[in-house]
Amino acid sequence: MSIVRLRAAVALIGRFPALAGVDLDVDGGEVVLVQGPNGAGKSTLLRLCAGLLRLESGEGEILGHDLATDRPLIRRSVGLLGHDTALYDDLTVRENLDFWARASRVDVAGVGAAMDRLGVPSRLHDVGVGLLSAGQRRRVALAAVVVRRPQLWLLDEPHAGLDPSGRDLVDRLVVDAAAAGATVLLSSHEVGRTLELATRRVTVAGGTITGDVSDVR
Amino acid sequence: MFADALLVAAKDLRIEWRSRVTASQVVPFAFLVLVLFGFALDANRPVLDAATGGLFWIAVLFVAIVAVQRSTAIETTDGARRALLLAGVEPAAVFLGKTAAVALQLLVVEAVMVGGIVVLYDASIESIGLLAATCVVATVGIAAAGTLLGALVAGVRARETVLPILLLPVLAPVLIGATRAFDDALGTVAVDGWAWLGLLAGFGAINIVLGALAYGVLLEET
Repeated sequence: MSIVRLRAAVALIGRFPALAGVDLDVDGGEVVLVQGPNGAGKSTLLRLCAGLLRLESGEGEILGHDLATDRPLIRRSVGLLGHDTALYDDLTVRENLDFWARASRVDVAGVGAAMDRLGVPSRLHDVGVGLLSAGQRRRVALAAVVVRRPQLWLLDEPHAGLDPSGRDLVDRLVVDAAAAGATVLLSSHEVGRTLELATRRVTVAGGTITGDVSDVR
Repeated sequence: MFADALLVAAKDLRIEWRSRVTASQVVPFAFLVLVLFGFALDANRPVLDAATGGLFWIAVLFVAIVAVQRSTAIETTDGARRALLLAGVEPAAVFLGKTAAVALQLLVVEAVMVGGIVVLYDASIESIGLLAATCVVATVGIAAAGTLLGALVAGVRARETVLPILLLPVLAPVLIGATRAFDDALGTVAVDGWAWLGLLAGFGAINIVLGALAYGVLLEET
């Protein structure tokens, strides 16, 4: 089943066409590395697939839902790790994750397991997020994605700001997600590392796809 | 939807409780405004007596700007606004939750300010029921209009300065209606305060309906 299907997809950031006619098909279980220079449109592509951006022209389906009409359904089914962590500084780690679990209508019982999986030590569970380092915040943000158990993972530079053990954790998450049948699109500048995870490499430049290589392992 | 609204309101109130912004900054700010108005008009006691209701509500509007800016910043600082969309929370629920949280904070500040006008301005309360009802109904309208406009300017670069420019004219009917109702409650002017309360209720209802309908569009990215 095609998880992502884009045809001549155009998306604007303000008035600027950040994606200028993208064609892309991604099947279930694929791990796709989205590569490209700064400003190429990688983050925009991930946000479009998350249903956060309006499809200006063209066609698109994510998880079988129409990008033009079913964006609320798409949003609920994906997990996006963007550049922001979407965490509230004045709430503790546990309170943040509980809030996002309840808001996403998923079982709060999964929060503890997600924190363990991301290596968030128990001494930090009841600490305000505002006191965490950038790397620790990133781990908590990833835990919020894990709690949702998404069918489509959209990870925008997931290794950024993490120490070596954190990067290893991200790699393990991606491998486990794919093994469980989920689909992963990730952008990263750590090409060597992510090529070992990816089943396919898509290159983006100037808002269009300029390269698409399968079996990159 | 109401469960989600409650979730959002509880989250905002918990953040306020932890940050102590209302207690440590907003309440002293409101009190300071009342003191300064008192300094400015104390030499002319009859004018101060007649203007007490208006001064109270002007101070509330200043406080409302601070509270709404704070409420908006909670969602915009680290991309939580986008995450709320991804979580699938209904925008109307976000609007209602944030409105409720702002309204509760304002009511706490107003309770302190009522004490302030009694102590500083020597105001006497002739109808506590009308005074309390005015505070509740006017505050709901202020919080609803503020939350809506806060979301409208969230993506604007100079939102801290744009918000007061947009919000204060919109809240002019509240200032008029609540001042008249307070005049009656404080016995300073012979008006029918309960009739003015009707205007405030209408304003509040319009802004709640408008906000619940429009908030989703304002949350969306372009």
